[in-house]
Amino acid sequence: MSFLRGIYIIWYRDLLRFWHDKMRMGTMMMFPLLFLFIFGSGLSKSMGLLGGGVDFVQFMYPGIIGMTVLMSSFMGATSVVWDREFGFLKEVLVAPINRASVAIGKTLGSATIALIQGLIILILAPVIGVSLPGWTVIKLLPLMFLLAACLGSLGVLLATRIRSMEAFQTLMPILTFPMIFLSGVFFPMEGLPVWMNVLVKLNPATYGITPIRQVVLGTSEGTYFGITLFGHTLSLWQDVVILAAFGVTMLILAMWSFSKQE
Amino acid sequence: MNDIIKVENLVKKFGELVAVDNISFTVAMGEIFGFLGPNGAGKTTTINILCTLAKPTSGQASIDGFDVVHQQKQVRQLIGLVFQDPSLDERLSGLQNLRFHAMVYNVPASVSEQRIKQVLTMTELWDRRNNEVRTYSGGMKRRLEMARGLLHHPKVLFLDEPTLGLDPQTRNRLWEYILELQQSEGTTIFLTTHYMDEATKANRIAIIDYGKIVALDTPERLKEIVGKDIISVKTDDNNRAIEEIKLRYQIEARHDSDGLTFEIANGEEFIPSFIKEFGTKILSISLRRPTLDDVFLKLTGRAIREEEVRDSFKAMVRQYGRRMRR
Repeated sequence: MSFLRGIYIIWYRDLLRFWHDKMRMGTMMMFPLLFLFIFGSGLSKSMGLLGGGVDFVQFMYPGIIGMTVLMSSFMGATSVVWDREFGFLKEVLVAPINRASVAIGKTLGSATIALIQGLIILILAPVIGVSLPGWTVIKLLPLMFLLAACLGSLGVLLATRIRSMEAFQTLMPILTFPMIFLSGVFFPMEGLPVWMNVLVKLNPATYGITPIRQVVLGTSEGTYFGITLFGHTLSLWQDVVILAAFGVTMLILAMWSFSKQE
Repeated sequence: MNDIIKVENLVKKFGELVAVDNISFTVAMGEIFGFLGPNGAGKTTTINILCTLAKPTSGQASIDGFDVVHQQKQVRQLIGLVFQDPSLDERLSGLQNLRFHAMVYNVPASVSEQRIKQVLTMTELWDRRNNEVRTYSGGMKRRLEMARGLLHHPKVLFLDEPTLGLDPQTRNRLWEYILELQQSEGTTIFLTTHYMDEATKANRIAIIDYGKIVALDTPERLKEIVGKDIISVKTDDNNRAIEEIKLRYQIEARHDSDGLTFEIANGEEFIPSFIKEFGTKILSISLRRPTLDDVFLKLTGRAIREEEVRDSFKAMVRQYGRRMRR
């Protein structure tokens, strides 16, 4: 009971902060929108139609949804580093709540905020020329939340391990950009060089972005834009299982790491 | 008397550095207990161990019978803390910071709103309750932290340099709250400070230097270590005056900033005869009772004040650095 209370309080505080900081909401949205409209519109002529009769902007759109969710959640979870810098972490650490519940609350808080931002991108569907029936949106929400929670727990884990603000700020782009570029947000995964193919398949984000794309574009599961491992094309459920396994591992490590904090 | 804090042979090492060097003490229920010493003496480290933020290298400590290493959760529920560095969520309002605290410490919803109002009124922050904390002044933030520390009615309140960097008015006001709290709630207060006048307000003081407790007693008894009154004299030839004092009274006088000082019992009765008999021309003379400064000087051979200027400069640089990064 007190464990759940801990999760709830930390989650609630993250949402409250997000609500206070409406600027952040705006600036976080700029990035995906820039990609979608400038990058997408610019390249869509030269790329022509991709598999399943989708153009480049339509192809990229679900990737951008995934990217928004992923970045927002990862960044949100790493706010633990800021809390340490500004002292608030101490208030949390001496509080009579379970440390592991703090790690979960932080992960869920970041994931919830990420989900809200992902939803804003969903509103753009008609502009892109993608039809999103209500049923598709309902299928999308758990996928987006799962991706967010997995990356959120990775963020919490890193934030508890890396103490210096400077090191952290250097590390963030080094981690997030390859993760985004090698997840199939911007290009299909067919015909990549071998080394890149391997990295794409080792990247947990790939297993979050692919199902989102398949659901948004309505490509029958596992045919277009699927992940092929050892000659076998994974189904949506298999993607989800792999991502969830990664997320649970990270969450357990984050809970353990947070409990060890001094 | 019931001892609420018990510390036995506590040691904390950071690599080679021994921050806390085998200290033992107890604090009675309802007492104001002060840790006095220069920065780096081990005050904050001791507090961190007592409030479960750091693990001791060896030795034991308990609060209200709960071990600070093995029964962390029980200890955390019992204590309140006001840290040396701010620990507020600056993006939330004062009210929201307190509500967060009330939830975390499981203050029942039926009483929490009323208590929040009470502590905010007491610290004179009720009017600003809906403003974000980052718009508060340093003194207001410290008062809010104090309000927060009291919110869950802790049995022991730890105050780590509670008035560092505050103006005298705010310091006095804070002390009124602290004393009132001790009176009305019977809260045990454990504070660290390097302000001597602040330490005097404690019931008992431990003087700590290089991780060791060099003296532990009531302020009055500590002052008796120096015992005598302190006389400062300015003369037209201080070196000759020191010689003369040595010959006449067998007392070693010391050079002071612009004169000399020495200690003597019953100073008031001594002064008239001193002036009459003394050969060197006296320009001015003054007498004062021993302060904790003198006690510290006597026990450690160093003045505690020397470190203060440097500290406040360091704190300023740190504050500035933070603002830049933001």
